[in-house]
Amino acid sequence: MTLPTSAGIRSQVVPVVRVQRKRAWLSERTQSFLLLLPSFIAIAIFVYVFIGMTFWVSISNWRTLKVDMSIRQPPYATYLDMFSQPRFQADLRNTLVFTILFMGLAIAIGLFLAILLDRSIIGRGLFRNVFLFPYALSFVVTGVAWRWIFNPETGINLFFNILGINALLGQLGLEPLKPGWTTDPSVWLQVNKLLATVWPAAGKLQIQLGVPAAMIPVAIAAVWQLSGFVMAMYTGGMATISDEVRQAARIDGATEWQIYRHIVVPMLRPVTISIVVLLLHTSLKIFDLVFTMAGPGPGFATDVPAIFVFEQMFRATRYNLGSAAAIFMLILAGLVIIPYLRRSLREET
Amino acid sequence: MTVTTVQPVVGKKGTHRVSGLQALSYLVLTLALLFYLMPVFVMINNGLKDATNVSVSTMWNLPSHLSGGGFADAFRKLWPNMQNSVLMVIPATILSSLIGALNGYLLSKWKFRGADILFIIMLFGFFIPYQTIMLPMVRFLQMLGLYGTIPGLILVHVVYGLPITTLMFRNYFAGVPTELVEAACVDGAGILTTFTRIMLPLSVPAFVVVAIFQFTNIWNDFLFGVTVVPNPDAQPITIALNNLSGNFSVDWNVVMAGAIVAALPTLLVYLFLGRFFVRGLLAGSVKG
Repeated sequence: MTLPTSAGIRSQVVPVVRVQRKRAWLSERTQSFLLLLPSFIAIAIFVYVFIGMTFWVSISNWRTLKVDMSIRQPPYATYLDMFSQPRFQADLRNTLVFTILFMGLAIAIGLFLAILLDRSIIGRGLFRNVFLFPYALSFVVTGVAWRWIFNPETGINLFFNILGINALLGQLGLEPLKPGWTTDPSVWLQVNKLLATVWPAAGKLQIQLGVPAAMIPVAIAAVWQLSGFVMAMYTGGMATISDEVRQAARIDGATEWQIYRHIVVPMLRPVTISIVVLLLHTSLKIFDLVFTMAGPGPGFATDVPAIFVFEQMFRATRYNLGSAAAIFMLILAGLVIIPYLRRSLREET
Repeated sequence: MTVTTVQPVVGKKGTHRVSGLQALSYLVLTLALLFYLMPVFVMINNGLKDATNVSVSTMWNLPSHLSGGGFADAFRKLWPNMQNSVLMVIPATILSSLIGALNGYLLSKWKFRGADILFIIMLFGFFIPYQTIMLPMVRFLQMLGLYGTIPGLILVHVVYGLPITTLMFRNYFAGVPTELVEAACVDGAGILTTFTRIMLPLSVPAFVVVAIFQFTNIWNDFLFGVTVVPNPDAQPITIALNNLSGNFSVDWNVVMAGAIVAALPTLLVYLFLGRFFVRGLLAGSVKG
C-alpha cells in the first residue's frame, strides 16, 4: 500500500511532467502507436489481407494445382456450385444437428453440475477438477480415445453383452444390440417430405434432412470435453452473486429450486451469453475432434464445413471451392462474434 | 412444501441437513465422475496392456499382468514429435505473452486516438475460423522459406496468439493504477523503461495465467501443425498421435498409451497450476 501513496505525492509535482514531455523526441502517444505498429501490421497481413486473398480465390478460376487467379464468370459461380453439392448440404445439416446436440447438452450438464457443487459438498474441489480436466486436453486426444469407445466392436457395445442385455434380447428372439455409432450412415427423423409440403424446393434436396446417427457420438465426445468449461464459467459467475440476495429470498420463503430458477440463473445471464457465443463459435468451426474421431463418415454423415475446406484445399486441390466454403464459415462466425464484440465494447465505454 | 426446511438454513449457506436430496446429489456427482474419468481409464488401462494381451473384446478388463505395456513403444514413436512440440511451444508461448504484455500495457495506459478501435480490429483475429486464412498463410510461409519448419509454426502461433494475449493483459493493466505510470514518467522513465522496470514485474501473476493459456492452446493445436508441416518427422505431437491412431499396423495399446503421452504436459500443468488455468479460461472468455 505504500506505492499508491508515494505516487499520490509525486503527482502533485505537475510542472516536472510538462518539462519531461516537452523534452521527449516524440509525444508518448505517438511512441505508443509506433510500438504497437508491428503487431498491427502482423495482424493486418495475417488476418485481413489473408481473408481478402481467400475471398479472391473463392471467386477465381483456381481449381487445379496450377494457380489461376482470373475471376470466374459469374463471380459467385463457385458459391452456387458449393450449395448445390450434396456433400456441402450434408455439412450444413450436420453442423446444425451437432450445434443443437452439443450446445444443449453441454450447457444443461454444465449448469446442472455447477448448481450441484454450489453448496457444501464433501470433495467439491475433486469433483470440479475432474469435471474440468478434459478442457485441458487436445481435441486429438479426445478424438482418439472416444473413437475406440464408440468402435462398434468394443467399448460401449461390450456393455450390451456384459450387462446381459443382448442375452435377454436373444431370448426374446430379437437381434443383439450393436449400434454402428460413427460408422452408421442412417439419418433419423427425416423431415424432407414434411418440409416439402411447406417449401416445395426441399423435395429436390439430394440429402436426407434429419439427425445423422453418426453425429451423436461426436457430440457426446464434445460435451465430455467442454461441459466442464461451462461448469467453470457458471461457478465463476455464481461466486459473484452475494449470499445476501439468496438469504433474503430464503427468508421470504423461496425454495432452493425457486432461488435458482428465479434469481441465480437470471442473474447469470451475461455468463450464459458468453457461454452460448463461445460454444457456438467452437461448434461452427469444429475440426480436430471430428477429423480424428470419425473423419467425413459414411455418406458424409459426420462431415462438417471445416473438414470440407481442408479436403478441398489440401487433398482435392479445388482451391476456389475450398475458399468459398471457408468464407462461408467466416460469415457464420462473424454473425455470432461481431454483435458480441460490439456489446462488450459498448459496455466498456 | 419446503417452507419448514427453509427456516433452519437461514444462518449460513449450506450448513444443513443430510437429506435424501443430498444423498441423490452425491449419487449423481459420482456417476458424473465415472463418466468424466471413463476415457482416461480406457487410455491408461489399455495402454498398460502389452501387444499379446490387448484385445477389443476385453477393453474393460484390467491388464492380466503388470508391464510397461504400450508406453515404451509410444514413447519411442512419439519422442521426436514431442521434441518438436517442445521446441515450438516454449518460444511461441514466451513471445506471444511478452508481446501481448507490451500491447496490453500500451493499449490501456497510453491510449492514442483510435486505440480502442484498433484493439477490436485486432481482437477479431482471435475469432476467425483459421480455415479462412490457411491457403494464403501456407503460400506466405513458402515465400519466407518457413513452410514445413518449426520457426514457421512459432510465427503463426505468435501472430494468431496476439489478439487474445493482448486482450488478457489489457484487462489486467486496466486494473493497475495509472499513477504508477505517471510517477515513473516524473522520474524521467520513458514508455519502454516504465514497462520493463515497473509494469512487467507487476504483471507476473497475469503472465503466469496468460502463459498457461497459451501453452495449453499451442500444445493442443492440430490445424496449424497439419497444414504448415507436411513432413511427419517435423510435425508436433498432436499430428503424430493422429497418424499413429490411423495407422492400422500399430497395436491400439500403443495408440492409447500415446494419447496419454501426448496429453501429459497439459495434464501436468492442469494438475499443478489448475488455479491459474481456471483464471485463464475465465479471463480469456468472460470479457470478450
